Amino acid sequence: MSTSASMRPDSIAAGPHSMPLVSLRRITKRFPAVVANDHVDLDIYSGEVQAILGENGSGKSTLMKVLYGYYRADEGDIFFDGKPVVFKSPQDARRFRIGMLFQNFTLIPAFTVAENVALFLPELKIRLDLKEIAERIRDISEKYQLRIDPMAYVWRLSMGEQQKIELIKLLLANARVLIFDEPTRVLAPHEIENLMHVFRQLKADNYAVLFITHKLREAFASADRLTVMRRGARIGTLMRAEADERQIVSMMFGAEPQAVQRDGSRMSVTTRPVLELASVTTAGALGELCLENVSLTVRPHEVVGIAGVSGSGQKEIGDVILGLLPHNGAKRFDGHDATGWPISRLRQHGLAMIPENPLWMGVIGSMTVTENMAIADRARYARHGGLSMDWNGVRNDAARFEERSRIPMPNLAVPAETLSGGNLQRIVLIRELGQQHKLIVAFYPTQALDLPTAVSTRQLLVDARDGGAGVLLISEDLDELFTLCDTILVLCGGRIAGRFRPEDTTRDAVGRLMTGSVA
Amino acid sequence: MAETGALAKPFYGLSSRQRDVLLQAVTPPLIALAGFAALLAAYGKNPLAAYWDVLHGTFGSVRGLTEVFVIMIPLMFCALAVAIPARIGMVNVGGEGQLYIGAIFAAYAPLTWPDLPTAVMLPLMMCAAFIGGGLWAGLCGYLRAKSLVSEVLSTLLMNSVAGFLLQYLVFGVWHDPKSSNFPQSKPYPAAAVLPHLGTGRLHVGLFFALGTIALFWFVLYKTRWGYEMRAIGGNQEAARRSGIPIVRYIVLLFVIGGGIAGIGGMAETSAIQGRLRPGFSSSYGYIGFLVSWMSGHNPLLIVVISFLLAVITSGRDVLQITQDLPGAAVNILMALILFVVLARRGTQAETR
Repeated sequence: MSTSASMRPDSIAAGPHSMPLVSLRRITKRFPAVVANDHVDLDIYSGEVQAILGENGSGKSTLMKVLYGYYRADEGDIFFDGKPVVFKSPQDARRFRIGMLFQNFTLIPAFTVAENVALFLPELKIRLDLKEIAERIRDISEKYQLRIDPMAYVWRLSMGEQQKIELIKLLLANARVLIFDEPTRVLAPHEIENLMHVFRQLKADNYAVLFITHKLREAFASADRLTVMRRGARIGTLMRAEADERQIVSMMFGAEPQAVQRDGSRMSVTTRPVLELASVTTAGALGELCLENVSLTVRPHEVVGIAGVSGSGQKEIGDVILGLLPHNGAKRFDGHDATGWPISRLRQHGLAMIPENPLWMGVIGSMTVTENMAIADRARYARHGGLSMDWNGVRNDAARFEERSRIPMPNLAVPAETLSGGNLQRIVLIRELGQQHKLIVAFYPTQALDLPTAVSTRQLLVDARDGGAGVLLISEDLDELFTLCDTILVLCGGRIAGRFRPEDTTRDAVGRLMTGSVA
Repeated sequence: MAETGALAKPFYGLSSRQRDVLLQAVTPPLIALAGFAALLAAYGKNPLAAYWDVLHGTFGSVRGLTEVFVIMIPLMFCALAVAIPARIGMVNVGGEGQLYIGAIFAAYAPLTWPDLPTAVMLPLMMCAAFIGGGLWAGLCGYLRAKSLVSEVLSTLLMNSVAGFLLQYLVFGVWHDPKSSNFPQSKPYPAAAVLPHLGTGRLHVGLFFALGTIALFWFVLYKTRWGYEMRAIGGNQEAARRSGIPIVRYIVLLFVIGGGIAGIGGMAETSAIQGRLRPGFSSSYGYIGFLVSWMSGHNPLLIVVISFLLAVITSGRDVLQITQDLPGAAVNILMALILFVVLARRGTQAETR
């Protein structure tokens, strides 16, 4: 490997592992109108956890997909154990024991864990020996403390547990290089803790672990090696011991992002609330969570936050507000009894909704970005009574919004399904925050966003509040809630477990209420 | 590693994407034709001679080609009946029944008031046909929108009901006493017959069908309603949460689709049969379903595929005469095409 060593000027004297297991050299991948990877070098070592850091669109996912054989690079080489290899498909990569966990899982909800794992195994026999597979799952689950019951049905499991099943699939298929694409995005705080622990054990067992993230805290908590990418190029690789956060942030963004500007609220308790839920109770179907006696009020000039571990009833609150879920108790919108209102009427009255899952609930993949931007406010852009649509108007509004919000827009002409999670979230943000609204219901508004865009988004929510809107912010990020909210409600198991002003409480107290550890 | 799949060498001046689209469109029918050829050979016929007969019988004379266009008319109407609800993800297998009901509703005016002038009679028949087919399909759409019955089942089963209803009428109250035992209505007065083009069987229904397809294209790609339809078809959940009234669209598009199939039934009975008879449709509703799915519910492709399947349908009579094959033999070819088209969709879905 002496030749390749000379190809990387900043080649790191890598402690105990002098020889990388896999090396990428001068990998270039072009898409129409964009170079996703521009001559990127990367070394991957056994027994090491490596974090790939970068903002949305910096090319980290593309690079990992090249390594997994999902994309073929336009230029560049891959070396495995020093020998050149060509991956034409993920099958080829798997043969070299490289496995990848995608952001969207590929499990069949109606099957048990064991059945799902069995489907993935290369040596699957005609006759299914589920007992044997279950035994292997139990062994590996015990070894890495995954706590997975092989006989559980996948539809009953949380995202965190589903992620563990994906990991078990790869481990049972003998993968040695494990690539995680933004693994913590779907996880609750305590699940993130577990995952970091699993990383450490995999490392001890000499696996090579790679994970994509844009959260510095996670990278520093679990990675040995930090590689930073920006605009398709690798900016640098540092060992954790020699890295500090400021340095990594400036490598990721070029400069340090600003903080959110926020003054005290002009909210007055005598103004008419824009949203009122009074003793809302829902009857969940079999196995589903129900809301119990949830009351909340959002007034103009107020940000109300809902803290809670995912699956505590957040989705149900959103569905009640939209009228998708039947409920007892009153729902008042801007002073009107809004029970039974269709969504179009709520929207015309000034409701904006940033959904928890943009791909499923917010964006139409087969349509272009422009078309997606007009979908919630179709009457505004309809011309000649609906006989035509004013697409130029949509584009102009989007451009104006980009200027005002400093949230960079994705390419407007491409179908949304070609975009990354962060860009999908931007489409929803531009659409839902572009106009004036009375009530903004924002689920995890900064999910999948890079730091500068997340800051801009938070600023937009604060600006909307200052402009007189009421904001209902659903988030798991306590820092975000404490920075933005005038009132914080804690949701646990479908009930409101606490109600605070952020200055009267601590992150710790809220965190404990979220997990239900304190009565 | 340096060479790329996407920028491979040009293929007769086509870009690689155009080449892929072309190959995907052309391969399935070719596979089906090859399969049918094998069957013909096993049946002791010369497949090349059979195919030659079909081509000669359709493209070899003005009369043959005219007949292809005549068959295209109901196929295009029925394909639209499937394609319009399909754009929001609904499956309408009921084109055949909606065609019958349209014909029945259209028959009421000429059989009850034979003396109406053409200017009243034809628009009246057309409106009645639209309303009949629309209500028939709209019922299925309503049941689906309320999550009561799958539209696949209801539309399919209602075909039989419509067929029996038609038979009940032509055997009973509308039976023509002069036709003795033939189950058919009295012939329509001249005012109830759609104008023909030239001396053959081709009629102005062709323009109605093409006009409706053009209108479908315009609505789908240019208007707010088409935009909303495409949104529902693309992601129902996101469309619902954006405030698009999905329930209303399901019912409305079934009504419009069924109504268009109804007009197809009116055109066929008025221009071709000149009276109401069972069996006026040679499975046009089902072939229209095939047309719509082969063309991906795309308005322009519907015209092309209708033409192709009209050639094959027309070939049925040719093969019956020249090769002494049962008329149903062509159904095997249709089924083969359907299988190949579905298989291709399946593999596409897997690789996505």
